[in-house]
Amino acid sequence: MQLWLIPILPLAGFVINGLVGRRFSRGLVSAIAIGSVVLSFAWVLKAIFGLGDLNSRYVEHYYTWIASGSVNIGVDFAVDRLTVVMLLVVTGIGLLIHIYSIGYMAHEGGYYRFFAYMNLFMFFMLVLVLASNFLLLFVGWEGVGLCSYLLIGFYFDKQFATNAGNKAFIVNRIGDFGFSLAMFLIFKNFGSLDFTKVFQHAPGASEAMLTTIGLLLLVGACGKSAQLPLYVWLPDAMAGPTPVSALIHAATMVTAGVYMVARSWPIFIHAPSAMNVVATVGIATAFFAATIGLVQNDIKKVFAYSTVSQLGYMFVGVGCGAFSAGIWHLMTHAFFKALLFLGAGSVIHALSGEQDLRNMGGLRKKIRWTFLTMMCAAVAIAGVPPFSGFYSKDAILLAAHEHAPWMYWVGVVTAGMTAFYVFRAMFLAFFGEYRGKEHPHESPPVMLAPLAILAVLSLVGGFLFNIPAFLSGVFPAREAVEDSSLMLISVGAGAIGILLAWFVYVAKPAMADSLASGFGWIYKTLYNKYFVDEIYDAAVVDPLVSGSRTVLWKGVDAGLIDGSVNGVGARAQDVGSLLRLLQSGNVRSYATWVLFGSVVAIVAMALAGIGSTGGLR
Amino acid sequence: MDHIPILSIVLFAPLVGMAILLCIPSSNARAIKWWANIASFIGFLISLPLVFNFDHTRDYQFVERADWIPTLGAHYHLGIDGLGLLLVMLTTLLGFISILSSWNAINTRLKEYYSFFLLLQTAMLGVFMSLDFLLFFVFWESVLVPMYFIIAIWGGPRRSYAAIKFMIYTLIGSVLMLLGILTLYFMHYSQFQVYSFEIADLMRTQLSSNVQWWVFWAFFVGFAVKVPMFPFHTWLPDAHVEAPTAGSVILASVLLKMGTYGFLRFSVPLLPDAAKNPTVITIVSLLSIIGIIYGALASLMQKDWKKLVAYSSVSHLGFCTLGIFALNPAGISGSIIQQINHGISTGMLFLVVGIVYERRHTREISEYGGLLKIMPIFTLVFGIAALSSMGMPPLNGFIGEIAILQGAYQMSINWAFWGCVGIALGAAYLLWLFQRTMLGDVKEKNTLLKDLSWREIAVFAPLVVWAFWIGLNPQPYFRILERPVAQIVERVHPGYYAERHLPNPLEQAPTASLR
Repeated sequence: MQLWLIPILPLAGFVINGLVGRRFSRGLVSAIAIGSVVLSFAWVLKAIFGLGDLNSRYVEHYYTWIASGSVNIGVDFAVDRLTVVMLLVVTGIGLLIHIYSIGYMAHEGGYYRFFAYMNLFMFFMLVLVLASNFLLLFVGWEGVGLCSYLLIGFYFDKQFATNAGNKAFIVNRIGDFGFSLAMFLIFKNFGSLDFTKVFQHAPGASEAMLTTIGLLLLVGACGKSAQLPLYVWLPDAMAGPTPVSALIHAATMVTAGVYMVARSWPIFIHAPSAMNVVATVGIATAFFAATIGLVQNDIKKVFAYSTVSQLGYMFVGVGCGAFSAGIWHLMTHAFFKALLFLGAGSVIHALSGEQDLRNMGGLRKKIRWTFLTMMCAAVAIAGVPPFSGFYSKDAILLAAHEHAPWMYWVGVVTAGMTAFYVFRAMFLAFFGEYRGKEHPHESPPVMLAPLAILAVLSLVGGFLFNIPAFLSGVFPAREAVEDSSLMLISVGAGAIGILLAWFVYVAKPAMADSLASGFGWIYKTLYNKYFVDEIYDAAVVDPLVSGSRTVLWKGVDAGLIDGSVNGVGARAQDVGSLLRLLQSGNVRSYATWVLFGSVVAIVAMALAGIGSTGGLR
Repeated sequence: MDHIPILSIVLFAPLVGMAILLCIPSSNARAIKWWANIASFIGFLISLPLVFNFDHTRDYQFVERADWIPTLGAHYHLGIDGLGLLLVMLTTLLGFISILSSWNAINTRLKEYYSFFLLLQTAMLGVFMSLDFLLFFVFWESVLVPMYFIIAIWGGPRRSYAAIKFMIYTLIGSVLMLLGILTLYFMHYSQFQVYSFEIADLMRTQLSSNVQWWVFWAFFVGFAVKVPMFPFHTWLPDAHVEAPTAGSVILASVLLKMGTYGFLRFSVPLLPDAAKNPTVITIVSLLSIIGIIYGALASLMQKDWKKLVAYSSVSHLGFCTLGIFALNPAGISGSIIQQINHGISTGMLFLVVGIVYERRHTREISEYGGLLKIMPIFTLVFGIAALSSMGMPPLNGFIGEIAILQGAYQMSINWAFWGCVGIALGAAYLLWLFQRTMLGDVKEKNTLLKDLSWREIAVFAPLVVWAFWIGLNPQPYFRILERPVAQIVERVHPGYYAERHLPNPLEQAPTASLR
């Protein structure tokens, strides 16, 4: 089926645009970039239809990558139903965002560079989902991180952008650290990194071992999918262009952690305590990030914390054993969050770069299409039935209730906050009076068309694509729980959130400020994101930086080692200057050293001679 | 190929080139440059048949043997296995590249400069080809002379300090190593009543673990200084900072590998009991790990671009020694591949510094910034070098690191843990360097810098290609390393492969002999 074509096509786009795109017209650059993704998408469809019902894994082996001793790792791609979902999300949403970018990036410099990076990202992301062993998955995993770094720092002359890029990369590396250790452990126990073999042998391993592996994998997933305590890079990543935020930092890359955990379900399913940690981290992150999202004023920051929070839901899903619910939410989230970001991009575009919600307002009449499409996403994320978010979130919350009722209740509260902060953003941006100075203008059709498609998907994606049914053969079967009262409670929480937002920001606009001052310190803590960045800086970054300068480099190297060596050196120079009287020049000191060496050697010979003939042994 | 002494030809070609160079009048700078480049390029070309004729199912190949000093039992004995082949190829390629990179950088005493480089080339090749310990030692020592002069004559302001420091450190190491060699030599005589410096002969000597222990530490100092391992590393930053670009490239890419080569060829196989002694392993692994972390942290702090790269070498070589003393196939083959990788990536990083230094005559990181706008091709090259150095897949560094860590993991989870920490830090210092130099606003003084010329692109191109090759298809490398690695592992842990039900590479091939 030539699966390799799926990632190679965007790679070709990257190579062409990257090498010679500078000389191309913008039209040609976008034609190459988008053409490659279209072809890749088409090949995904062809592969899916050509491979039948895909109830078992379809594997293609290309070549042996590393074979040494017991290690044997191939470059192999595989497709099963889980991969199908991921492939469709990545290429489908990716294509829409590529198209949108034509309009969004039209006035930006570095046009070819942008599309080259985006194509490179598509390549690595597709390698990640197609990989049939952990190491190849890791290649994609690292690669998407690199592209994320490049695209966050796309405005490379801005210090904050490049700082954010570095932060993303390094925090991800910390996560990868866990991933690498997990791989070594997997290899040690199962003698392979191939999914099929590892998962076949997983049930035979000890629970303690599987738990360790699972927890280490979770560290990796926390880095990539921005979970506590490694989520800090994602809000900063908003420094990149908005389509990047939509594609990489909402719809695809950040969900790689969820995908990886779901993919490794045979390991997790036998390590219940690791699963429990996954779910706990997820619910904690979901709640924590949602509280921060309540008070942010930058429209992209609101959605960034929302992404962290929603990724938390997905972790709850997979952590509670409802793997397909997690993947379902991954997909619906890709629809509505990509739409929210693209919509936010459209707003920012309309206001010539303004991102602060306090300088918006009343935009619903001025940029009607953007407003309407974003509204579809807002109702979807708020869990209003029967839109897409409702289905997947409900599935997760039901699983959470079965797993541990307290998680369900925290999830419900979070759902209420989710509805509140999304509608708060919507009301602040689109309702009331316009508070800005720029003259808003609606975005071009090339941006609105992807918005419209995503709006439809956000509305109907939930019941159109019944992921749990589609993936029923992939994951272990679970008993279907139907509990309409639990469902009603979570829907009710969403409704309360929306109404509260309406009340505070539309009906009585003055109330927001009095609330903020009334809950002064809570508001300040939330607004400053619990001061986590500051704490990390003080606890980790500063000691590392100043410590290595003063103690290690200046102290140990220059002081301790060089100090003692220079002492020796000075003595040597004294000797040398004495010897120089005999020799003709400084460079000859080499000869003296050889002489010295020879003397030592002769002594050694004598000693060793004694040693070998005498009775030392 | 059997009749042609190809190793001798490869070995002495640079020396012949140097002899011809000396006949060119000093006034003709152009001719000197051209000839030096041609000679080193020919040196590379004639080493290529080694690759094509190499048989990975045999041990030492292209063997040449003749009497040298019969009374001492010293022979002119050359031969390479997979390990030797990789390092020889690294040397011939990097030798050419460093000479090519000097075209504009060096303008004084050209004849001497290029002569020293060609001389150095022969000496380094000799180190990797010798199968006789005395011959090895002669080449090992003769490496010092040209390197000393390259630093001391064409170096920066503190060149004489750096050159002397380099000299003293390595000489002290060498003296101790010589002590070790002579001990082995006389031990062998006392057992067999024959004088021989042949490595194969010395391997047959029965050594008590007490003797092994002492000889091991004597060797250790010699090799650890060269690598350099913490705390013997402080000569390195000074030598690198003061050396001319090409000197740094050769120093980092090839010279340091002499130390790790020494461990692999001598310390471990000749003294297997000492090498697997738990105390030895603890100490060496501890020093390696300290080197990894310490080098990375020190890199993080540097304000001098070149010094940063120099400290990163300490960190990377820490991985190499860690892999060796994992004493298992994954660790050792990973270490060897990482040695090549380090030659590629750090060579590139030093060349990168050289490029900007030639243009601006400063290495202060804060003097740069925003070069992406001015020098896009250069930025791309630097980016690839940095990614390769930080072990980003699918580039070469990733393969080496993953193999080393996998081997290290089998020894102790702590090793792998600290190795992974080092990798995370590696990303930090390289990214920060990249940000401060390539990104951000363009400084006034940098606006007129020229992007890479075709000659400079030619300098980098082979290294970039090599980096991708090892990353995408490392299999050929692992294959030619199978036998040499198995020889080492079986020497330390006899029956290692059989115990683990692994196919033993030594048994898969037709009979191979050392002689």
